[in-house]
Amino acid sequence: MLRSRSIQSSFGIKDKIKSFDYILVLSIFILGIISMFAMYSTDGGEFKYHTNSHILRFFVFFGLFFVVSLIQIRFWHDKSYLIYIFFFLLLLGVKYFGLTSSGSKRWLDLYFMNLQPSELMKVGLILFLAKYYHRVSIENMNSIRYLFTPIIALISPLLLVATQPDLGTSILIASGGIVVAWLAGVRIKFFAYSSIVFIAILPVAISFLKPYQKSRILTFLNPERDPLGAGYQIIQSKIAIGSGGLFGKGFLNGSQSYLDYLPEKHTDFIFTLFSEEFGFFGSLFILLLYALIVSRIVIIGNMTRSTFGKLYCYSFATAFFIYVVVNMMMVLGLLPIVGSPLPIMSYGGSSMMAIMLGLGIVMSCKIYKDVPVN
Amino acid sequence: MLSPGSGNTVIKSKLIGRRMFLITAAQAVVMVGVVGRLISLQINQATKYKSLSDKNRFREWKLAPERGIIKDFFDQELASNEPLYQVHLVPENVKNLNELFVRLKGILNITDKRVSYLKRLIKKQKPWEPVVVSDNLNWSEFSRINLFLHELNGVEPIVSVARTYPDNSSAHILGYVSQISAKDLKTKKYLKDLSVPGMTVGKTGLERKLDEKIIGKVGFQRYEVNAFGKRIKQIQINEGQAGKSFKTTLDYEIQKYVNELLQDKAAAVCVMDVYNGDIVSLVSAPTFQPNAFVHGLDRDYWNSLIKDGKKPLTNKAMSGLYPPGSTIKTLVALSALENKIIKPSDSFRCKGKIELHGEKFHCWEKKGHGIVNLRKGIQRSCDVYFYEVARKLGVDRLSETAKKFGLGKQVLSDFTEERAGVVPNTKWKKKYIGQNWYIGETLHSGIGQGYFQSTPIQLCLMTAQIANGGYEIKPRIIFDKNNNDLRDYIKHKNEKPNEPLPTDLLIKNFTLKPLFEKKENINIVKDAMFSSSNEPGGTSYRHRFEDPKFTFAGKTGSSQIKRFTEAQREAEVKQTDLKYKDRDHALFVAFAPYKDPKYAISVVVEHGGSGGSAAAPIAKKIIKKVLDRHDLRQEINYSKGDSI
Repeated sequence: MLRSRSIQSSFGIKDKIKSFDYILVLSIFILGIISMFAMYSTDGGEFKYHTNSHILRFFVFFGLFFVVSLIQIRFWHDKSYLIYIFFFLLLLGVKYFGLTSSGSKRWLDLYFMNLQPSELMKVGLILFLAKYYHRVSIENMNSIRYLFTPIIALISPLLLVATQPDLGTSILIASGGIVVAWLAGVRIKFFAYSSIVFIAILPVAISFLKPYQKSRILTFLNPERDPLGAGYQIIQSKIAIGSGGLFGKGFLNGSQSYLDYLPEKHTDFIFTLFSEEFGFFGSLFILLLYALIVSRIVIIGNMTRSTFGKLYCYSFATAFFIYVVVNMMMVLGLLPIVGSPLPIMSYGGSSMMAIMLGLGIVMSCKIYKDVPVN
Repeated sequence: MLSPGSGNTVIKSKLIGRRMFLITAAQAVVMVGVVGRLISLQINQATKYKSLSDKNRFREWKLAPERGIIKDFFDQELASNEPLYQVHLVPENVKNLNELFVRLKGILNITDKRVSYLKRLIKKQKPWEPVVVSDNLNWSEFSRINLFLHELNGVEPIVSVARTYPDNSSAHILGYVSQISAKDLKTKKYLKDLSVPGMTVGKTGLERKLDEKIIGKVGFQRYEVNAFGKRIKQIQINEGQAGKSFKTTLDYEIQKYVNELLQDKAAAVCVMDVYNGDIVSLVSAPTFQPNAFVHGLDRDYWNSLIKDGKKPLTNKAMSGLYPPGSTIKTLVALSALENKIIKPSDSFRCKGKIELHGEKFHCWEKKGHGIVNLRKGIQRSCDVYFYEVARKLGVDRLSETAKKFGLGKQVLSDFTEERAGVVPNTKWKKKYIGQNWYIGETLHSGIGQGYFQSTPIQLCLMTAQIANGGYEIKPRIIFDKNNNDLRDYIKHKNEKPNEPLPTDLLIKNFTLKPLFEKKENINIVKDAMFSSSNEPGGTSYRHRFEDPKFTFAGKTGSSQIKRFTEAQREAEVKQTDLKYKDRDHALFVAFAPYKDPKYAISVVVEHGGSGGSAAAPIAKKIIKKVLDRHDLRQEINYSKGDSI
């Protein structure tokens, strides 16, 4: 064990690069390139603000991905709590110094970019809980004492994000945390109890929802309720995807998006645009790329020896899958419209940064797969 | 506690692996669900969503077609189109409707009433359907709108075309157009796909009769629009089809001339070609301004039309019902001859009145006409002579002849306003009044009074069919070049009655229908009419033409509005002494030239007094004008090539 540690610690940079998971790197890169074309199409076939800045972000954060990959996994393990606290402070900062846009306070003005700490928290919470459960022994896993910290760690950012208000992101953050706890071995019984409590307080929670959030849920249940208001997005998105047919309308020919029927086509509805232009086969290709990424992360998790690495990779893979699927189900009219970007494809620096950071740590797990973290 | 042993780690790893396997299985299920949804949307329902997407993308704007033109016989335009400057408004492009109307009121001349009407209309319509703010702007208003256009989102200046009439001379026969009403949409099926803002339809006259063909086909512009309804690009344009143009048999020059002659009168004139039934002129007075109806009628003008006792909106030539008066005597004489009731030489003594079953029947000539035969009876228009003839003839035989010659039924087809009139007989009275006929009424019928009702166009047709030698003609107002052979045929028959017909004429005209039993009888009546107009003592002798080129043969008539009382008769009250409303209608029918009849004319002057003094002088002037233009007309009738 000691031997292997010394071997891996003294990796040369060449060896490190050699041990990259190239299938994962390539998948990410291809998805990035596709996202640039999609973004170019949302700009109506021009290199406008969205396209330029998306390309720049992708390459900057793709670089970040490599940098993060090359840093020892032990560093990420050691600094997990610190990272979580840092992100938490940023969230607090949003509460006091945040930028308000269309009724919600989500961003911090960093001059060169508007940072959305809630996106980073998606990764931060997974890191935190992975480390925490790494250290809890299997016997203590289900004792009440050891449930206390994770619940606090999960609820505090959740409340901050939910009150921004940003229901979508808070649910996604929560789902990441719950996945870690469940993977770590927390009993199903506990989740059953929590869901009972959740359902019990749901009516109360709903009464606290903003009117627009309530209407979104009602709209999801019946999109034709208000076809020109809240249901408009779902209906138009379904029309766009459905009218794409088998082969799509062709690159830059998506009339629904080109004529502005699609709302938020840069961000949450980027898949709709792609699906309209490239049809069923195009959508299937994207879906397979995401499946490939998720499965590579799971495979890396399998290789990793440390519980921290395993927990982190599996959880991140699952969370990543949830982000993708929630976004797709949303634009396909299977889930209510909650703000949730499609990883890598959607326009948005913070989301890209968080995903690349998360993927970088996964790659670090791969490179240092045999290194024990403590 | 926080430093787990390696055994612990292995158990933990196994647990994590097991749970991850469950998650992976769940993920696979969700993936299948997403792919299933994609299949459902993009493969199974692709057609539905494609059509929904196209519905999103495309929006159509209808374009009002240009109405066909109505021309006269010489290709003068009687109803044409002029450029029209309109302001349309597309509500969905307007940010603040109230503000916009305030702005528009500053630029254009629109009333508050109009604004509130438009607001109601906008609420009813789809937001992208344009409404017409101002229908008919002059050039300076239109250019002012264009100047301020950049501040007026949603306002669209439109150059369209609208109906215009050169003058009012043919207002009745042409009719007028006006905005489509809800009733029009219900009753006229062809309007179903034609509802375009600003579109007009024919309401009366030829405009209505020809509406379906003259209105044209609606065009459309198909635009790709974005989610905000803004037009992105034009995908398709269909100009539509201008309506069919029509050439009529009317002569604009004569229409104008007649119109001038009838100024200040309530009167009607009809002029007809006696061989082919072409209606050369059809005028009703007073006239109205058809142009005033095109862009929404002014209330004051409408009220003045409605209140006018001379009824300017009624086409008196077709819808005015008048007892034919003495003009019917031509048919009474003919019927009696045809039925061999009398011979032309049979005579009666007129003492100014006769008595029948205690009732007195007066002749218009109080002193009486003395011995009267058929020729003199018509010449002097002796009532007593015709009382006697009618009594012998009976009303049923008279009505048969009258119907044969076109009374009691509509002359033209598809004019909703045309009236049929009444040719009374015993059956008719039983059916419509429910009483038996009595002999006194036969006497009244014999001088065209009583139940008899006829329109000027019917009287004209009657005269034309006497003039052409007694053959049926089908009057027409739409020019038809292919139907001109009748003239040669009838001419041939009249001029060389004993020679066989050329076969080609026979083949073309085998449907020709004589209205007489004995041709001689027609000539007797024509000769009597000649004497009435051209021999001393004739009722219209004062207004004759000496020149044989213009010499006409006619018959005067006056139809009583109010019965003369015995007191009035004793006091020899003249028509001019009566109140306007109580005076007789003056009638005159004639054909000319006598030797070679070409045209028939009927003139009715409401409350004009006697036919000889009020109607005949007008007819005389018109006959001159019509015959002067006969050669011009013939050139077109026999010219080669299509003029339409």
